[in-house]
Amino acid sequence: MTSTDGNLLEIKNLRTYFETEDGTVKAVDDISFQLKRGETLGIVGESGSGKSVTNLSIIRLIPEPPGKIVSGEVIFNGTDLLLLPNEAIRKIRGRRIAMIFQDPMTSLNPFMKISKQLMEMTQLHLGHTKAQAREHAIRMLETVGIPDARMRADDYPHEFSGGMRQRVMIAMALSCEPELLIADEPTTALDVTIQAQILELIKKLKHGTGTSVILITHDLGVVAGMTDHVIVMYAGKIFEQARTTELFSLPGNPYTKGLLRSVPDPTAEQGKLYQIPGLPPDVAHLKPGCPFAPRCDRAEEICRQEFPPFVQLNADHCSLCHFAREVYSESGGVPA
Amino acid sequence: MSTKKDPNHDELIHIPPEMAVAEADVRPVEGDEFVRGTSLWRDAWRRLLKNKLAVFGLIVVGIITLASIIGPTVIKRTFGFTPDYIPTNDTTLIRSFPPFRGPDGKFSWTHPMGTDNAGRDQLARVLQGGQISLFVGIISTLVSLLIGVSYGAIAGYVGGRVDNLMMRVVDVLYSLPYIIIVIVLLSMFRSQTPRGQLILLFVALGSISWLTMARIVRGQVLSLKNQEFVLAARATGVSNTRIIFRHLVPNTLGPVIVYATLTIPQIMLTEAFLSFLGVGVQAPLASWGSLAADGIQNIAIFPWQLIFPGVTMALTLFSLNFLGDGLRDALDPQMRTV
Repeated sequence: MTSTDGNLLEIKNLRTYFETEDGTVKAVDDISFQLKRGETLGIVGESGSGKSVTNLSIIRLIPEPPGKIVSGEVIFNGTDLLLLPNEAIRKIRGRRIAMIFQDPMTSLNPFMKISKQLMEMTQLHLGHTKAQAREHAIRMLETVGIPDARMRADDYPHEFSGGMRQRVMIAMALSCEPELLIADEPTTALDVTIQAQILELIKKLKHGTGTSVILITHDLGVVAGMTDHVIVMYAGKIFEQARTTELFSLPGNPYTKGLLRSVPDPTAEQGKLYQIPGLPPDVAHLKPGCPFAPRCDRAEEICRQEFPPFVQLNADHCSLCHFAREVYSESGGVPA
Repeated sequence: MSTKKDPNHDELIHIPPEMAVAEADVRPVEGDEFVRGTSLWRDAWRRLLKNKLAVFGLIVVGIITLASIIGPTVIKRTFGFTPDYIPTNDTTLIRSFPPFRGPDGKFSWTHPMGTDNAGRDQLARVLQGGQISLFVGIISTLVSLLIGVSYGAIAGYVGGRVDNLMMRVVDVLYSLPYIIIVIVLLSMFRSQTPRGQLILLFVALGSISWLTMARIVRGQVLSLKNQEFVLAARATGVSNTRIIFRHLVPNTLGPVIVYATLTIPQIMLTEAFLSFLGVGVQAPLASWGSLAADGIQNIAIFPWQLIFPGVTMALTLFSLNFLGDGLRDALDPQMRTV
């Protein structure tokens, strides 16, 4: 399983459960997907659908206990990360797989200078000396567009604005030129203009370095503009998986359709916004059948009785639904 | 730089100290000049200076510390005697002179605090006692910082069973009546030399002083470790040791400093108490506790023997407590409003 097939990352049957007083929460339940070198994968879903847990599982940052990766494989460049000893996985974190977190306000250490936090990375992974690391840090800050980088490097995080802090996070994540960048809702906490800048920056840097990106978000607009493939998650399962263009034009799952309908259309007249009725299910107490059935507008008896199959609609498109083919045809697709 | 402030500013618009940071952030940029933000420490320092009691404490502690350090040397240079100098050539029956009185009963600058039973200069003894008391307080506090902070941070960060075990050890040590244990320890291993006894005292006080510090730091780390920057640091491959000591411990600094300043007087009081009971500092070395113990035997006849060490100690402890309270308010402005 080397990189001959072009897969940088391959996840097979990953299950991450959390033991709570309320029972076992199956935050991620039997997920498989691949990511090719240089590609961008979007993961969308409502809050609590298991997007973040999936990605924390990849670099083994699930808090244990209560969390536990129950089974599965995370094959990165041919090695199963779940089998590596702690020491080895630490060398991969930051060096080969880097992460950007949702809230730039809290993901920088308030007591450490920006420069120190950036230098820590390269001193740790690239064996830089202090002077080298400092130069590298300043260069990275310039790359991500911090004005007066040399002067601002010794500031503390509170002296930076939210957008600038997210730029610092990106600089930090990319400073060792990782092969995979996991961006966990990188723009959720930022305002719209800054969002666009940050996304543009990630895009630009990705092209420059050939890094693969996993972009977690609940903003479908971001997914449309940034990604090659999309995974739609719900209740710890992959509900639909397709190329981005296909997913937006020919959705094969009622849940995806609902999500797409929920995006407000700025050109439409003022009126009621569509929302999927109900709330995401409690993943600790899932009933048999499709977890989306109670909220689905085309649910039938079988949906409440049996767990839906993962239907292959074409080479690149799968959907978890009893009526995947029908939904796909309604959208205008021709199931294989 | 626009750091200069209108001196009447605070009278004109009352800005609560909590908002001082925000106020500092919106200062206008003059021309192209780069404006530095106010750091946490400078801000805290400014708030501390507004607190009259804390400033009083700071000054008194400063004076007493300085006097204790250089005082005995100055007295030696000026009058030619050390704190343990016992005059041998004089034949008077009573050697304890009142303040500002010489052997002939006339006014003299030689002994501003009088002398003790053996004729030793009280001022020199009080200053030397101050040296030892402050030294004991500071060393024990450093021990509590070193052991307490590491212990608490590790327990809090690792969590789970390890945390449980480590904190139960602290609980057990807490529940022991430590004064009694210290007394037993000090009298069991009673050292032959005064210096040995002093080291024993350090060990005894140091071994109990870190318990509360460990609890405080553990609590802080427990709430800090779930913050995203710790996860971010872990995601960049930083080792646990480094996360604890480079990322978490500096973040607990505020409460740690406050508690440390309040530990110093507490330890000094314990030391005085032990010395008063006769198990701590031994003559010819002096501490405020042992001086008070000596003085209390003659309180009716020679009251200055008790008054001077007693007042000095009370003043120092008051001042240290005021300073600690002031620091707490300055470093954590939210706490005051609660």
